[in-house]
Amino acid sequence: MTGLLLVFPAVFVIAAAPLSSPVLSGSAAVHVLDRLAFGPTLEELRRIKTIGEERYISEQLDPDQIPEPIELRWRVAQLDTLKLNPVQLRQLYGPVRNLRGFKPNPELEKAQRERVRLILRDASEARVLRAVLSARQLQEVLVDFWFNHFNIFSGKGLDDVWIGSYEQQAIRPFVLGRFRDLLFATTKHPAMLVYLDNALSTAPGSRGARGRQKGLNENFAREVMELHTLGADGGYTQEDVVTLARVLTGWGINPPDARALPEHAAVFDGARHDYSPKVFLGHSLESRGKAEGEEALDILARSPATARHISFKLTQYFVADEPPPALVERLATRFLETDGNIREVLRTLFNSGEFWNSKGDKYKTPYEFVISAVRAAGVAVGNVRPLLGAMDQLGMPLFGCLTPDGYKNTQEAWLGPDATTRRISFAAGLSRGDIKLAGTAQPIDAARLEAIFGSTFSDNTWAAVKDAAKELRAALILGSPDFMRR
Amino acid sequence: MYRREFIKGAAISPLCFGPEAWAATSGEGGRRLIVVLLRGAVDGLSVVIPHADKAYYQERQSIAIAPPGQSDGAMPLDGKFGLHPALASLMPLWIERKLAFIHAAGSPDSTRSHFDAQLYLENGTPGQGMTRDGWMNRLLLTLPGRRGATDAISIGPTVPRILAGKAPVATLSLGPGGARPLPIDRPEIGDAFDRLYSGNDELARSYREGRVARAQLIDALGKERQAADNGSPPATGFPGQASRLASLIRHQPGIRLAAIGLGGWDTHINQGNHKGQLADRLRPLGDGLAALARGGEAWRDTVVVVLSEFGRTFRENGNRGTDHGHGNVIWMLGGAVNGGRVFGDWPGLAPAQLYQQRDLAVTTDFRSALLVVLERHMGLDDRQLEAVLPGAPPATQDLSRLIAG
Repeated sequence: MTGLLLVFPAVFVIAAAPLSSPVLSGSAAVHVLDRLAFGPTLEELRRIKTIGEERYISEQLDPDQIPEPIELRWRVAQLDTLKLNPVQLRQLYGPVRNLRGFKPNPELEKAQRERVRLILRDASEARVLRAVLSARQLQEVLVDFWFNHFNIFSGKGLDDVWIGSYEQQAIRPFVLGRFRDLLFATTKHPAMLVYLDNALSTAPGSRGARGRQKGLNENFAREVMELHTLGADGGYTQEDVVTLARVLTGWGINPPDARALPEHAAVFDGARHDYSPKVFLGHSLESRGKAEGEEALDILARSPATARHISFKLTQYFVADEPPPALVERLATRFLETDGNIREVLRTLFNSGEFWNSKGDKYKTPYEFVISAVRAAGVAVGNVRPLLGAMDQLGMPLFGCLTPDGYKNTQEAWLGPDATTRRISFAAGLSRGDIKLAGTAQPIDAARLEAIFGSTFSDNTWAAVKDAAKELRAALILGSPDFMRR
Repeated sequence: MYRREFIKGAAISPLCFGPEAWAATSGEGGRRLIVVLLRGAVDGLSVVIPHADKAYYQERQSIAIAPPGQSDGAMPLDGKFGLHPALASLMPLWIERKLAFIHAAGSPDSTRSHFDAQLYLENGTPGQGMTRDGWMNRLLLTLPGRRGATDAISIGPTVPRILAGKAPVATLSLGPGGARPLPIDRPEIGDAFDRLYSGNDELARSYREGRVARAQLIDALGKERQAADNGSPPATGFPGQASRLASLIRHQPGIRLAAIGLGGWDTHINQGNHKGQLADRLRPLGDGLAALARGGEAWRDTVVVVLSEFGRTFRENGNRGTDHGHGNVIWMLGGAVNGGRVFGDWPGLAPAQLYQQRDLAVTTDFRSALLVVLERHMGLDDRQLEAVLPGAPPATQDLSRLIAG
């Protein structure tokens, strides 16, 4: 809090010289909403102009205190599959063919394949509705950030059953908490254990080694260090990869044909664990079964390399494609001081001059572009499918990133000729009401967009808008180069 | 720094667009290079199978492909190596000697990170992550003549690193609905946005490139649709994209470079053998490459290179799959290829011959194979070669025979 008070006056001097100018304070408000939220809505912009950026930021860092709109609560409550745990999900939606003493007929199998689609549908609907409507915008922005950081893909094994639960139970509760908790929750979620194959990794020659589970699988061990924690240049070796794979042998999922209904979907199977002594990243690990894996994860969560890697990625997401090294260093220090407290790291980030000086420097991803357009337009979203289709067309299908590195967040990854013409076409379709998000066509009111962006878009853009036919103005605003950036 | 160069580049090579420029580029064909990136590391030992090496069958109990002549066995190549049976559609090209492989090829960098290895494959400077542009973009800059918006195309919604850089690159999805009309194609909307994007910044440039590329795509695919037998549903997946790319090239011979990335090769579990996961991925790849080869006249001037960031472990892992390894096989096909041969020095599969006792060793730097294509097919001189692939080790005399001189 004190930090905020100390830094803010300096910030205004750097970012928006004459303090009294209403135009410039509008630009600071839009900047905050472009970064801590999926862009401004007219209502949120008015509110932030009343309470000030500083208070908005501190509210967003404490989302549990922010009441959610009733429409959002009501609609998310309708999505039944979000309330189920992984065991229930597998029972209700998982494949039936493996159950003992029970041979399902082809019709039953077909019905199951259709039922399971409901999971991705619910997860996608919840994600988009929350991104558009939630008052806890920073939380939703961080769900996007951390889901990509710990990405899984629903096309892999049972992950079509668990994708919604993974976001709901392994990502959402921890986005502003301790990094260690996020790492533990994702690593132990059955969806991650399946996605990166750790579920099958087995100590060769162990009691439990048989069939498909005869030996080590390095996949998760490598990616957890390269992508989730230390970073590719984090100082580990191929030997550390193999050692961590051995440490994590037996971390898997309950066999689907267990006679008794299991309590947990993810389990530690000691019969497949490697109990030999190990040295991991220079630390001797005691042979303690499951606890040994937790010790290894703790070593990773608390490593200075992890602090730097996470700080780099947060800075790249919230500030600039080329993160200013001094800011990354400051965040990494804060990360280590606070035992990986994400809220405190972000507080430091939002207080930095680098953050306030980077207005408009980020190019929106397709996800950010589509969500921010709907929010600015202020249209009702009865049906999210056209929005999911647009993300698809723009190369960023929701929950559709196959590889564990998740979607990138840089201009280099997304700016291209096809992207620009397709974004413009989406803006035009939305503005004219051709993209039907509700029962009736809802053409967008250009005056609303002018009220939001009047002080932040370039003169060239406004000149082109003013010259255009009335019915094209909203399309030009949402399809403008200014709106492609945040 | 990078951004500034980007804009400066734009100022000295003004984009040509509109019908005039199109007339200038179309019809003036030229040597062409298509790169297919298999992202996720394909198991090269299952693509070109060393069936004469006993160790291969000892260490790959469930994922090995049987030797040629046995049921579900490999397609015979040269007595030592066989081709995965799911790639049978490529055998006619092998017999015509228009398909070659370079085995035990790969990067001098030993990383087993997908993302670092792909970066090096694409920026063309192994071990140096700071090189921001792709080698195909540097290649595009060396090509003579006026530059059109579709001289280089990325197949997919975005520009991958291999094509990223100063020179303009078009992106085309080439999905079944790729030429479907969009609002931007309507004159009243297009005109209004042309004015909005009339500047010289990156976004304005990409907008104009996109408009020209779309006009060309719609024109070419529209003609093709009329010519083709109507009624049958458009092909999906890579075979569909490949046959649409072949059509596009027929109508736009000015296309010099194209790249496409295909994922799903990271087979850590249940890789399968003659059938299964990997076979199901290879089949459409082979069918698509064969569709490109049916591209008519243009095929004579085309070389297709298929690359992957590294190979997979020689030994099968504990889950009937393979983990990240080192050496792999490069595929090359096209009218200009001197094929019907497996190139490269085969290092062997005995423990002492393996890289770090676990992976196929690399005996040919992937850049050396590319140098042959760039020099003998694309016609680059030494200075240009150095600009595209700085510090790349020269190819052996034998490898140089890859491309008909």
